[in-house]
Amino acid sequence: MSDSVIAADGRPLKASLNRALRRQKLRALALIAPLLIFILVSFVMPIADMLFRSVENEIVENTLPRTVTALEGWDSSSDQVPGEEVFEALYTDLAIAVEYKSHTRLGSRLNYEATGISSLFRKSGRRVKKFDTDIYAEVFAAADPAYADPGQWAAWMSDDTVRAQLPVTTSAYDDWAQMIIDTDGDIPAEETPWNFVYTALFQDAAAGASLPIAVDVSTVEPVSLRAEFGDLDDKWLDPEVWQTIKIYSPKFTNGYFLNSVDLMKGPEGVESRPENQQIYIKLFVRTLIMSLSIMGMCVLLGYPIAWLLANLKARTANLLMILVLLPFWTSLLVRTSAWKVLLQQQGVINDTLVWIGIVADDNRLELINNQTGTIIAMTHILLPFMILPLYSVMKTIPPSYLRAAKSLGATDWTAFWRVYFPQSVPGIGAGCILVFILSIGYYITPELVGGTKGVFISNRIAYHISSSLNWGLAAALGTILLAIVMALYWAYDKIVGIDNVKLGG
Amino acid sequence: MTSTDEAFVAFDRVQKSYDGETLVVKDLNLSMPKGEFLTMLGPSGSGKTTCLMMLAGFETATHGDILLDGVSINNIPPHKRGIGMVFQNYALFPHMSVAENLSFPLEVRKIGKSDREAKITRALDMVQMGDFAGRRPAQLSGGQQQRIALARALVFEPELVLMDEPLGALDKQLRETLQFEITNLAHQLGITTVYVTHDQTEALTMSDRVAVFDDGRIQQLAPPDELYEKPENSFVAQFIGENNTLEGVVQEIKGETCIVKLDSGDIIDAVPVNVTSVGERTKVSIRPERVEFKKERLQEGTHTLKAEVLEFVYMGDIFRTRLRVAGQDEFIIKTRNAPDQERLTPGQMIEIGWLPQDCRALDA
Ligand SMILES: Nc1ncnc2c1ncn2[C@@H]1O[C@H](COP(=O)(O)OP(=O)(O)O)[C@@H](O)[C@H]1O
Ligand SMILES: [Mg+2]
Repeated sequence: MSDSVIAADGRPLKASLNRALRRQKLRALALIAPLLIFILVSFVMPIADMLFRSVENEIVENTLPRTVTALEGWDSSSDQVPGEEVFEALYTDLAIAVEYKSHTRLGSRLNYEATGISSLFRKSGRRVKKFDTDIYAEVFAAADPAYADPGQWAAWMSDDTVRAQLPVTTSAYDDWAQMIIDTDGDIPAEETPWNFVYTALFQDAAAGASLPIAVDVSTVEPVSLRAEFGDLDDKWLDPEVWQTIKIYSPKFTNGYFLNSVDLMKGPEGVESRPENQQIYIKLFVRTLIMSLSIMGMCVLLGYPIAWLLANLKARTANLLMILVLLPFWTSLLVRTSAWKVLLQQQGVINDTLVWIGIVADDNRLELINNQTGTIIAMTHILLPFMILPLYSVMKTIPPSYLRAAKSLGATDWTAFWRVYFPQSVPGIGAGCILVFILSIGYYITPELVGGTKGVFISNRIAYHISSSLNWGLAAALGTILLAIVMALYWAYDKIVGIDNVKLGG
Repeated sequence: MTSTDEAFVAFDRVQKSYDGETLVVKDLNLSMPKGEFLTMLGPSGSGKTTCLMMLAGFETATHGDILLDGVSINNIPPHKRGIGMVFQNYALFPHMSVAENLSFPLEVRKIGKSDREAKITRALDMVQMGDFAGRRPAQLSGGQQQRIALARALVFEPELVLMDEPLGALDKQLRETLQFEITNLAHQLGITTVYVTHDQTEALTMSDRVAVFDDGRIQQLAPPDELYEKPENSFVAQFIGENNTLEGVVQEIKGETCIVKLDSGDIIDAVPVNVTSVGERTKVSIRPERVEFKKERLQEGTHTLKAEVLEFVYMGDIFRTRLRVAGQDEFIIKTRNAPDQERLTPGQMIEIGWLPQDCRALDA
């Protein structure tokens, strides 16, 4: 009987109930929709974008498509400079990229991996037009004037049999045509192709393709593009440059992540970076250790205050609470700058210590622009995030527990340690998670008072985003930071249990 | 009554003020022999908890001495007093199991493991909770928690146990069972108990003696029957049990009896309790079950009052009748439901009276 209970309106009860619940669910969804959309747009999408950027590497293939293909046949561990065909591909790619100005962006990208490539690309971009390849155009024009006729070229390049015969020329011409439309707004059928198209034509002809109008190219002395590039800059004859290009030619790369942990891709696989470039592991470790110290300081300083707050009379407690919350009412920047004033070598604290006589005048304490400064200032800033959850948990512990413990014979300390403290642990947990997660990603304060020794990984991320513009590396560092936080959260859940975290009540 | 010298617990002229302006406890004198079950009964705010807390050591007396076994304990911290305590909200440590809760007072006393286990088992069996040693307090019902709290207060074998409204949060039936169990245990173990409650039935059924608190003073300290039958002042008379009060002026005192002229002009007989002179104002108190309305059951020559029946309530074992007496609408009489008992009807006019010793002339 139970599977076919009928509601008053004659429908099965289950269906009626589901209908009623569905309407409720829809209404609930409509209520949270604005927030959901906001979170999606401002939180989930940026994170997804960051995760994507940390592995994305399309720029090499997009800028140098022919070179990437040509390099496939080259053994990068061989210490040999690639052959002529790679330089031919590079010539065409570069000639087009220069017009789009994308070669400088590629140069900056590859410069993250091997310094010097950026200037190499700039220099090559300026000089690639002046290669001696102009003779090809002359050779073809001399053989038949049709080769100098833009209309004729357009006609050939729309003929499928010609296209099939001249694959290199076709690809070069197509890209050239698109390029002059994009950059100058010209019509390809009215412009004579550029030298690199003739170079491609020569390559097809030399390879034995049958030209639309036969030209004998066997007597023509080919221009060695490898030599041309070598003349331009002998870095092009350095296998390392080519190794870098080849290593970073796939669409996706783990290079940014390797870089984030002081590794790099070499021709034989992953290897560690030179000693003087190893900074990120050190920074991650420092960030973790300092965040832990800040968290520890916050527990030590916050616990007694939270206890006072929870146990004082309401009026005094309110006053104290205002003092605790006061930092929230002033700008973060103002507070941090105030610490600068206090902590400087000529600052208030040092002056006082000198005046008391604890510290010698010529031996003032270095309290700022180092780790001490960062820890002091950040402990101050994050303290409320420790006190508030602690307070709200302590508020729920009735004083009768302590009394009970004492009446059972426990000293003040035993009563606190065995009865009160265990019950306040959820508050400590919540405070620690809050403070730690906030501090691990903190940026402004370490930037202002950290000097060089007291900065966090987030400062480095900010540097890569706004100064070096290496967004891929910034994204990889950010992703690692996110992973660390989630791993710690997971570990906390395993060890303490996230259900034990109480923010109140 | 025991003198202060041989008392196990004694309050000697104790005063207490929290704010330095008002005295919450005013001149408390109390002495208890060993093994006594004493209840502090009084309305909320009368200072009962404060007294208990001073005894336990969580509050210090502003003035006076508290003696335990003849020694002043004013300067002994709570954890050295060895007093067992049961709290209203049980105060079982939520992060410890039942067994760990009971083990706590033994551990802080550095008692060995095997000894500890034996004592815990014994204490749990005492409150019939032997099977619950592994549970957390949150997994127990209110009554079970209170039993554990009791076991924890007893497990380290204190000679004095304090209980502050321990049954206040429980339902009536459970309360009655536990009242019985607590008194039995206390007497079996021979422990001295100070029990605080605002429930007079609880106080009357459980205690050897009851101290009625009001306004920071003990109004009367007496065994339950004496408290009920011979209240010494009008507060106690009103507070304990149901009570009829009539106001008037003492007209004549002759030894054990006196004559009171009520404000309505009627004359009645009474026992002078705390009236001393003619002309003094007084409240006379008569228990509802001591009022008679049948001529043949009254003594020869007693004064009677005219009364009009206002309401008759059938309550099963008794009848409760409300009368208008001497211009007062709230005069109650209770009669036993017996075969020959007369059931009064509203509007009926009767004459009521009582034995002179049942009517007490108290302070106004
Ligand atoms: N910690 C305290 N601080 C100030 N006043 C208190 C405190 N505890 C109790 N009081 C006051 O003392 C009086 C007696 O309280 P209490 O002993 O708790 O009474 P009871 O237990 O009989 O209800 C009350 O008026 C109460 O407001
Ligand atoms: Mg109380």
